[in-house]
This record gives sequence, structure tokens and C-alpha cells, in this order.
Amino acid sequence: MENQNLNLLDRALGLDGPSEPWPLSGRVVLIEDCVETSGSFVLHQLVKRSLSPTSSNVIIFVAFANPFSHYDRILRKLGCNLVTQRDNKRFIFFDMLMLRCPDEGKSSEGGLVLLYEKILKTICGLPGDKKDYVTIMIDDISLVEVAANGGSDYVLDFLHYCHALTSEFDCSLITLNHEDIYSSMERPTLILQMEYLADILIKAEPLSTGLATDVHGQLTVLNKGTSHRLGRSGNKIHNFHYKVKENTVEYFYPGSRV
Amino acid sequence: MADTICRTLRDGGLEGEHAPALTIKDSKASPFGFDVFNYVLTQLSNYILAGKSQSRGLVVVAYSRSPSFYVDLLKRRGIDIASSHDWIHILDCYTDPLGWKNWLIDKDISQEASSLSSFCQDVRNLDKLYSLIIEQGKGLIGQGKDRFSIAIDSVSEMVRHASISSVAGILSNLRSHDQVSSIFWLLHSDLHEIKFTSVLEYLSSMVASVEPFNQAAFGQRVDLENLSMLEQNFRKGKFHVRFKRRNGRVRVMCEEILVELAGIKFTPVLSEDEIINQRLLPKVQFNLQLSEEERNERAKVVLPFEHQGNGKPIQIYDGRRSLGENKEEALVSTGKLQPDEDSGKGQIIYFRDSDDEMPDSDEDPDDDLDI
Repeated sequence: MENQNLNLLDRALGLDGPSEPWPLSGRVVLIEDCVETSGSFVLHQLVKRSLSPTSSNVIIFVAFANPFSHYDRILRKLGCNLVTQRDNKRFIFFDMLMLRCPDEGKSSEGGLVLLYEKILKTICGLPGDKKDYVTIMIDDISLVEVAANGGSDYVLDFLHYCHALTSEFDCSLITLNHEDIYSSMERPTLILQMEYLADILIKAEPLSTGLATDVHGQLTVLNKGTSHRLGRSGNKIHNFHYKVKENTVEYFYPGSRV
Repeated sequence: MADTICRTLRDGGLEGEHAPALTIKDSKASPFGFDVFNYVLTQLSNYILAGKSQSRGLVVVAYSRSPSFYVDLLKRRGIDIASSHDWIHILDCYTDPLGWKNWLIDKDISQEASSLSSFCQDVRNLDKLYSLIIEQGKGLIGQGKDRFSIAIDSVSEMVRHASISSVAGILSNLRSHDQVSSIFWLLHSDLHEIKFTSVLEYLSSMVASVEPFNQAAFGQRVDLENLSMLEQNFRKGKFHVRFKRRNGRVRVMCEEILVELAGIKFTPVLSEDEIINQRLLPKVQFNLQLSEEERNERAKVVLPFEHQGNGKPIQIYDGRRSLGENKEEALVSTGKLQPDEDSGKGQIIYFRDSDDEMPDSDEDPDDDLDI
């Protein structure tokens, strides 16, 4: 049953096929959510899939939102032991909760340059066979902006350099951002730029019909199929509902649940 | 029409004239600008290689993709630049645009440039960038009167690091350089103020906009009704091009874009009827379309008098004039049919109670009631 539920999101992301080469290699995934529908469950599901025994992925998890114990607790319920993965050097955790740049603009940039350097060095320091299977996850971009004292230009520069890593090392970049933070802005440049950068856009939003007890929200997965090393795979859009439960997440097409 | 753009870039500019400049602009609702850019890049490359264009070389200023991306792209289109690249050079503003790699303590991590591409590590300095572009271009074409073309893959990225006026300045200078044959760039219009987009449009001799196929679907929360429209928006789009002729005349053309596995395709716009039929008809199990015979029958139906629209003035018999007074009027109360209608279908026959009856007025007929 659980495998079947995973497949709807996995199918949309192309993860239901063979795990090597990793379908998300060299691709940028953006998860957008809002207050009513948090998208962190998508991030957790991707962590779990990336660390499955059949794949060789290494995750560099840059955490601005929560400490390691938070993710450990959640992933344990999903059937994944992050402590073991951390010890096996498959899950590398960057605790960025205390990153606070001083007021000067230059130091904000400096802080992000150092973070980029840390990521780059970590990738370069991996053994040869693992270097091609890196996934960088950032939770979440709005907090990176806070850490940079609102310097969204620096955040964009940082994201650009991370994007360059996907090209240089064929790694994947998965980020989370909150769409409603920027909804009052006339021109929400940061989130728009991120949408342009992304190859796959996963949007978690409430139903157009409002609240429901059996359905927590809907996911729209837009796979842009931008030119990838394997050639275009075509633009595809998937839409389905979900319900977040204690130990799993159920995904289903509208009206298919009894 | 997209080919018209490519031909205009291929032909370049006359002596003493500014080089033709193309702005490709798109938005989040229809993000195919980069596909169009790649299409133009490939076409121009083919013309250069075949010796059919005014320019002998191409400088690609790469902000949003790595040089290897363009190598792969052109290779997939049958142009192998890895082995022979004396006609193309890629200025790499993507890998290290701000020189962050210079800040790194461990220099071993930095990359090396190749003969096909060179780094620009300070995209904030547009004067330096201008010199680099011209230097690379001249390096491709050598001494003499030959010219080269320039492609900038994201002016949106360029303006993030510099002011609007300096970006406008560099584009204008490149356009007016006597060794530049043609220039084109990509812009994401929703990232900027209208002022910036307008400035670039004024600088361009051609503006190609990519617009969503279904405008209404954009911006709404996804539901079953707009999902298919959204899906369509990510496979199709509209392509509007505005050409500014030398004589000052402006010409606007339109095409449709189809994004496929192999790349982007441009097709002529369908007629209005076909578009309406395609878009408005929901997918159901019964036939909502009319056959030819049904269409003819429908055309023969006589509509109620006020909708006949046969060109004659519509007169409503109000009961005050005699019937014989004006025979040319269309008097429905006589029950006469129009001479060109031959089927006796429904008609409204109204007989006034008497000729004394006043025509309908604003008075309330119940006014005489004593309530």
C-alpha cells in the first residue's frame, strides 16, 4: 500500500523507474508551499527516496529551519534512520540555525560565499564513486534570506552558484520556499527567479474548493523537461490530492478515494 | 515567421547602420523564451557555417547555462563545435560570475578555461564585459572588414548585477559597433519593471514575445477545470513578433509555438473558428459540433424579427399606420416573408386589437387600478 502511495509523486518525478542514473541528477527542484499547506512533507519524502538502499545518493542537507533531531524523528516514522545514514556518510547535515550575518551587506554575501565553499569542498572531498550522486537540499530559502538580512540579491547569487554545481557535478538541487511570503509584493523577484531556475516545480496548495477533512491539499508537479543531458523529456503537469498521516503520506487522484 | 527573424539576423546591417537587434521576451506563464533563443542560435550557427550570413563568427555570452550546455545543444542539432570552433566563442558568465571561486582558499577547485570558452569573473563591470565581447569577436573574424554576431542568453541576469542604464549602454554600444553584424538577447519580462523592458524594446529592431496559449488559466489555483488549460500552456504558446522596418513602418506577425521533444516548432495561427472549436468544446461523449448539413439548416432558420439583420431597416408595426403606406418596410404583422427566405419556419404574427390602440408607452397599464 505504501509503495502504491509513493508512486503517484514518484511517477510525477520520474522516480518509479530504475534508480540509476538518478532521474533527478543535474536537475533543480523547487517546492513551493504556503501556510495552509506546508510542503515539507515533500522534502521528507525526497530524503527518504534519495536514501533508499537501491540508490547511491549522498545528501547534503542545508538546514536553516530545524535541527537534526526534527528530521530524524520524522524520517524514522517514514522508515528511514538518519543517524545511520549520517554515520555512513550518506546524509551530511549542515546545521545553519545559528548563521546570523552582521548588518553590513558585504558580510551577508561573505556568509553565503563561505556556505557555498563548504558545499563545494564537501562534494570534492567525497570518494570518486559518490561524487556523481550528490543531492543538495536547502530548507528553506526564505530563512536563507533572513540570514542574509533580507539581501535577496545575495541569495540569488548563492542559488546561481548552487545551480552551477548541478552543471559541474551533475548533482541535484532541491529547495523549498514559501510562496505566500511574496504574494503581497508587486514583483516577487526572488521566487520568480527561482521558478525560472527550476526544472521541476512542485506546488502544495489548498483545494480550490476550500478546507476538507479527508484531503489536506493538492500537489501540482510541473516537470519542465528542460534540456537535460539525456535530451528533452517534454513538459508534463501532474495534479493530485494528498493527506499527511502519522507515518506516511497518501496521494490520490481527486475523487478516487472511497 | 521565426525564420524571418533568423534571416534578418543572418543578413545583418548595412554599412553605417546599426546592427539588427532582437529581443526575445517571455514570462512565467509561458516560459519558452529560452527554447526560442536556442532555436535562433542554432539557425544562425547553421547560416554562419554554411557561409550564407554576413557574420563570420558568433560570440555567445552565457549567463544562465554553462558552455558545455551549448556544446551539447548544438551537437544535438548536428553542429559539432567541440572539434571545430574557429567560428564560435562562449563567454562564460555562468560558472563564476562574481569571482567567488577566487575567494576560495583552496585554488585547486577552480576550473580551467578551454579554447572554446573563456571566463568572465566580474559581471558587474560592464565596460570590461564589453571589451571582452569585442576582443573575442575580433579574435574569431581576424583583421579585415568581416563582422560577427552576438547572443546574450539572459539580459535579465545581466541587469541583476548592473544598473538599467549601464545595460542599455552596453547593448547600444554593441549594436552600433561597426564589426557587429547582428545581436539578440533573452529577457524574462515579469522579473523587471516595465521601464526596463521598454528600454530594450526601443533598442531592438525586432521584438519577439512568447505569450500563454490560454491567458485565463494563469494565476488561478489549480482545479479540474483549468488543469487542461494549464497543461496546454506548457506545451503551446503564442509568438508575436514586431518588426521595425528601415523606413519606419512597423509590422506585426503572429504564430503559434509547439514545444516538443525534439525542440520548438512554429506553426501558422489557426483561423478563429477552428480556435474557438478547439478551445471551448469540452470533452464529452456526445457530439457537440455541427456537420456541414446541420450548419446549412441552421443558417436557414428565420430568426425573430429584431434579429433578422438582412440589411433593411427594422420597422416595428405599431398599429398606427395603414398597411399599404410603405410596402418596403418589413412588416411582420402581415405575415409576409422576406423574398430571399424560402422556408416557412416560425414567425410572430401580431394583430392589434384596434387601430385606436396607443403604442406601448412607459405608462404602467395598472395605473388605473384603485389600490
